[in-house]
Amino acid sequence: MTDVKPRVRVPKTAEVDEIIEIKTLIRHPMHSGRVIDGDGNTIPRQIITSFEAKFNGDTIFSVEIKPSVSANPFITFPFKVTEAGTFEFIWTEDTGEVFNLSKKMKVE
Amino acid sequence: MIQQYLKSVSRRKAISIFGATAISMALPWQAHATVDAVAARINEITGGANVIDDLISLDMPDIAENGNQVNLSFEVDSPMTADNYVKSVYVFADGNPDSDVAVFNFTPAMGACYATTRMRLSKTQNVYVLAALNDGSFAKAEATVKVTIGGCGG
Repeated sequence: MTDVKPRVRVPKTAEVDEIIEIKTLIRHPMHSGRVIDGDGNTIPRQIITSFEAKFNGDTIFSVEIKPSVSANPFITFPFKVTEAGTFEFIWTEDTGEVFNLSKKMKVE
Repeated sequence: MIQQYLKSVSRRKAISIFGATAISMALPWQAHATVDAVAARINEITGGANVIDDLISLDMPDIAENGNQVNLSFEVDSPMTADNYVKSVYVFADGNPDSDVAVFNFTPAMGACYATTRMRLSKTQNVYVLAALNDGSFAKAEATVKVTIGGCGG
């Protein structure tokens, strides 16, 4: 089983009212449950079903994800800076397993 | 002509071509969504409300060589203030096994309404983006993507 590994790029510092871009990627196979391996066995379904981004505890953005999203789900989105704080990123797998990552951002 | 083509195909490549054909033929149960199914899903979400055609710019390639990784990028023209913002953006594909691709839930805190991701396309088909605004109105955009190699394991 491949290692599931999340990665996020957030600017370390930003200005108030600036709209920054957040880039997220999680290394994940996104097995749709439809693919047959070389031995004729169906590879069991294993997908990331949701992604959520929080800033200082408040949800700012979330995505409900289906198997039609590519392996290693890559998502970018904007965020308007109001204050310094901590982002928290949460990915949930259909097995119930949760992957987290947090990033701090300063304000100039 | 055919003879020349056959000679130019290596033995290994020929086997892989036949192999791929055999696998795709062995999966007749792979039903796909249809244009009607997507229209029904959109109707289910909008409740029959009017859907405007501008507001969203959808950026997808005209031709995707690899259906496993197709860039999807959209932007909705919205001020993203507490009074006027986009709540959700739904993405559908009418030729994939499941027409639902993803739902993006936005908040005014984002300051702008755009997102990018990568999606799978099992064959040449249409991709639809439907935006639900906080005032109960809707906007949509669609794009046709030609797919050279399908991306749903088929």
